[in-house]
Amino acid sequence: MNETIRELLTRVGGLPVAVTELEDGADLYAAGLSSFASVQLMLGLEEAFDIEFPDSLLNRKSFASIAAVEQTVSHILKAREAA
Amino acid sequence: MSLPAFAADMSLSARAQRVATVAAEFADRVDHDGRFPREAVDAMKAERLIGIQIPTAFGGEGASIAEIAEVCSILGQACAASAMVFAMHQIKVSSLVEHGGDSEWHRDFMRELAGRQLLVASATTEGGIGGNMRNSICAIEVDGDTCRLTKDATVISYGAHADAIMVTSRSNEKAAPTDQVMTVFKQGQYTLQKTVDWDTLGMRGTCSDGFLFRGEAPSMQIFPKPFAEIAAQSMLATSHLLWSAMWYGIAADAVLRAQAFVRAAARKAGGTQPPGALRLAEASNLLQLLKAGILSGLRIYADAKADHDQLSSMAFSIAMNNVKLASSETILTIINQAMIICGIMGYKNGTPYSLGRHLRDAHSAQLMISNDRILGNTSTMLLVQKPDTSLLG
Ligand SMILES: Cc1cc2nc3c(=O)[nH]c(=O)nc-3n(C[C@H](O)[C@H](O)[C@H](O)COP(=O)(O)OP(=O)(O)OC[C@H]3O[C@@H](n4cnc5c(N)ncnc54)[C@H](O)[C@@H]3O)c2cc1C
Repeated sequence: MNETIRELLTRVGGLPVAVTELEDGADLYAAGLSSFASVQLMLGLEEAFDIEFPDSLLNRKSFASIAAVEQTVSHILKAREAA
Repeated sequence: MSLPAFAADMSLSARAQRVATVAAEFADRVDHDGRFPREAVDAMKAERLIGIQIPTAFGGEGASIAEIAEVCSILGQACAASAMVFAMHQIKVSSLVEHGGDSEWHRDFMRELAGRQLLVASATTEGGIGGNMRNSICAIEVDGDTCRLTKDATVISYGAHADAIMVTSRSNEKAAPTDQVMTVFKQGQYTLQKTVDWDTLGMRGTCSDGFLFRGEAPSMQIFPKPFAEIAAQSMLATSHLLWSAMWYGIAADAVLRAQAFVRAAARKAGGTQPPGALRLAEASNLLQLLKAGILSGLRIYADAKADHDQLSSMAFSIAMNNVKLASSETILTIINQAMIICGIMGYKNGTPYSLGRHLRDAHSAQLMISNDRILGNTSTMLLVQKPDTSLLG
């Protein structure tokens, strides 16, 4: 999952730095993630993992770092399994 | 005069009304000369309205955004430029109240602001970036305990008349354009070199000249939170709500003038309905719609403040954007209706039904953070956000 997120981030993130150089915990907004790019990232994740982000997770926190994105996506996948 | 007459009514709305009386007296001159509404702002300070939002613990009155919106609306009915100065100041204060509590310097500044009634201006707009306030070119330089900033600030309302300015910038020289901070600079800690004159269609009294800002201050004056959070959690909402409230004031006064016109015509018409009456009913309908939109926005904000996740959610941003879009467009339709009702008496300056100033001031609303830009942001969010279609939710 980490790899998919990094691939998407490279493709749609529009970051001024190389995604490979970002630590999992690095602040994506400080790295230059715009709100437009964060939406593109969400759309990419919805497509890649066949999920939909519930409204409660559509906030800055969920996309603050690669680790946070991983956690958010895992959370949705788990919730789906449980359902 | 009886004794009770000396005891002035100290309720917030009575104080705002007294300021509005002063503002109304000078409104046409402020507009015509494009000068700062000094008398109205002095009256705000005398009535101690400048510090009302500061928590009581720091010497203020802890006024809510809804209460401040009411003051904006009262002032907006008298002089839009004065009301806008008040609204913009309170927007800056909201950042201080919501995000400055953890820092000793900012707490002290709140005390000073309430005590001395300090007027705070805003420098977010930057040459080369325009209204995209979530991006900066300029960067603050932190050198030990001191920070320095130079900014090509193309619009700073009442910049030359403020007691302090809050300025956004990148957090350091290497930072990405979106990695921003906001810093409070007090008068004496900065120089302003005028670069652009504010000679505009309306809102002439806000004196929103452009300046080359150069500041140096203790680095403690940088807000301890990223500007991204400040923007999302206080500035976006308070800007859209307080601007809308004062725009509502402009429209409400226009409808009042149109109603006075129709009533005077009805008295003369002796039993027949005057021609403007139907349009007046339409305008009153739109005014209520406008009011309902703002009130619902104020409620959404109050609810979201209790829950920080909600404050940074897309649903909340979209709701606030929608308040701004609707208010800024609706006021133009309403004032235009009022103008048609009053006819040439509305078009002319210096009549009791004059609406030129209202219409010109109102035209700034769509540009003040361009509606196209806001629509663009909302449309991006709608690609992923799922709307709540319940009526009461
Ligand atoms: C009365 C008044 C007082 C103000 N006071 C202050 C102040 O005190 N401090 C301060 O910092 N600023 C202030 N401003 C500036 C304000 O906050 C905005 O920055 C400014 O109005 C936007 O200017 P702009 O139209 O040049 O820029 P832009 O937002 O860049 O817009 C320019 C044009 O491009 C279009 N456009 C640009 N980007 C997009 C996009 N992404 N999507 C669609 N269309 C786009 C817009 O439709 C517009 O026509 C004030 C403005 C007004 C009217």
